[in-house]
Amino acid sequence: MRKILVLAAVAAGIAGSAQAADITGAGATFPFPIYSKWAEAYKKDTGIGLNYQSIGSGGGIRQIKAKTVAFGATDAPLKGEDLTKDGLIQFPTVMGGVVPAVNIAGIEPGKLKLSGEIIAQIYLGDIKKWNDPKIVALNAGVTLPDANINPVYRSDGSGTTFVFTDYLSKVSPDWKSKIGTNQSVQWPVGIGGKGNEGVSASVKQVANSIGYVEYAYAKQNKLAHALVKNADGNFPAPEEKAFQAAAANANWQEQPGFGISLNNQKGAEAWPITSATFILVHAKPEKPEDVQSALKFFDWTYKSGDKLASELDYVALPANVKDQVRAAWKGVTDTAGKPIF
Amino acid sequence: MTSIPGAAPIVRRTPKAGFDLFFRNASFAAALFVLVLLAGIMLSMVVGGWPAFREFGLGFITSSVWDTQNDQYGAWPAIVGTLSTALIALLIGVPLSLGIAVYLTQLAPPWFKRPVATAIELLAAVPSIIYGMWGLFVFAPLFAAYVQIPLSNIVEGIPIVGTVLYSRSPSGLGIFTAGIILAFMIVPFIASITRDMLEQIPSVLRESAYGIGATTWEVVRHVLVPQAGVSIIGAVMLGLGRALGETMAVTFVVGNANRLSSSILDPGSTIASRIANEFNEAMGLQLNSLIALGCILFFVTFVVLVIARLLVSRVKRY
Repeated sequence: MRKILVLAAVAAGIAGSAQAADITGAGATFPFPIYSKWAEAYKKDTGIGLNYQSIGSGGGIRQIKAKTVAFGATDAPLKGEDLTKDGLIQFPTVMGGVVPAVNIAGIEPGKLKLSGEIIAQIYLGDIKKWNDPKIVALNAGVTLPDANINPVYRSDGSGTTFVFTDYLSKVSPDWKSKIGTNQSVQWPVGIGGKGNEGVSASVKQVANSIGYVEYAYAKQNKLAHALVKNADGNFPAPEEKAFQAAAANANWQEQPGFGISLNNQKGAEAWPITSATFILVHAKPEKPEDVQSALKFFDWTYKSGDKLASELDYVALPANVKDQVRAAWKGVTDTAGKPIF
Repeated sequence: MTSIPGAAPIVRRTPKAGFDLFFRNASFAAALFVLVLLAGIMLSMVVGGWPAFREFGLGFITSSVWDTQNDQYGAWPAIVGTLSTALIALLIGVPLSLGIAVYLTQLAPPWFKRPVATAIELLAAVPSIIYGMWGLFVFAPLFAAYVQIPLSNIVEGIPIVGTVLYSRSPSGLGIFTAGIILAFMIVPFIASITRDMLEQIPSVLRESAYGIGATTWEVVRHVLVPQAGVSIIGAVMLGLGRALGETMAVTFVVGNANRLSSSILDPGSTIASRIANEFNEAMGLQLNSLIALGCILFFVTFVVLVIARLLVSRVKRY
């Protein structure tokens, strides 16, 4: 008799878990740690799991266009016309910053000051030595070595590179015309490391190097960061409130699908290289219930996910932006044209 | 044949024609499978890469621009990187492997043979990503500190030598480092095959050479190497195949710069490393160009194998 009860319980358990279908999503690698953390907590709350494949932003865009997943994720926002063409709705989930990491003997973390123009010239190969007059002028009282600068970049296509090159394009016309913004660009100088770990390994090992990594990564690996001059001419420390300041001062409605760049935003405390990561869903999905459960998941992350995000050094969206996103979800309709959220 | 009186007549087993035929066809099918598979891979690569070839024509091979921003793609730096890392790997790896093989078969005391032979086989079993990580975290910093930086200081400003051996960013990562790591990776293959081949040579050949007063060097040079020559070239070609196509380890240590530099100590890229780096995020023409790169790698490997065949047939004539 007890055996039968156990079997029945197991059967009920299987049936129960089969009922709550997993949400499927694929794309960007940058938010993968926080998405999986959120998914874990969400499953505990609701019993619904998330199956997120971090295959890269390009893959995420491919998959959502092919309609094989309920949502796609990308670090580089799609443009308005692309969203309209494919019938997609785009919204941000969480933000992060990109920080320059340096390795110069005798320079402590947070002591070296750089500006966007200088970083662009370093990566263009125009500034070759650390004791270049332009760098010295910004760093009164700091002794800089007479050594070649070794720039390090991400060799794999990545959202981090997109954010970094977007920032350089914003502050340096030279960069914009010669190199431009993309997930991988034609770097004129320097060495490429694969992934955040490849870049940080190179920066740690190579004397007189400079690289760029996600803030969460730099913090967890205790990389020596440099300060970057923001649009107001200040040098804020790269930390949560500086990223939030960048988000707070941005006009999120400026671009369709919230696809704005948070780079070089105004604000005394704003960190100049900041970015959100985005989700794509179909406006008229073939399986509305799948997208509905995805939207419910992201609604839950907006309500209860901020603390987890901050623990992993991601930055939550400002409350007013969350409300704007929820309003945008009204645009997702089922086959009868009724909003599903 | 005289039959033994009283014994039953010997019944000869007749060959079973049916099984023979089946065996013949089965092995033919197995051989055919390889050809079909190869043709299938080739075809899908050509089809996948076709948009890139159509867009850029011959320029895809000769151009050095790889600009995802403007959708302009050229394979030349990757082709040069692939060939030069493989060449460096052979230049270092082949003498090393032959030395190991000759020592193990001709000179080593028996107690030393087994551990070294086992170590070589273990080296062959190490996954390539381990070589890559070791190269990045251990070898590259040492190489930068003790070779690249001192060398750069010496050769700076000297014509030609100062260009080829000067490194603008002495990080320990680059074409030459990738070649060295590849050399370590192909040594186990070449060394163990060559060792097996040298051991196959009938000892009467060696003994007669020693008998007429030849030294060990002369025996190796005039008896063993000509005897095993074809197999040694085969082993080298196997190593070269690995060096040309190796992906993960090279991606870690080659420096991943898609540009041609005049110095072999500067970062570069290979066809395989470029594909590994960009495949995840590639779309449209970039994806086609990456597949086209794969197609070129296929072709390069094919040409190399043809050259190897020609070499082997030349050696056979002697």
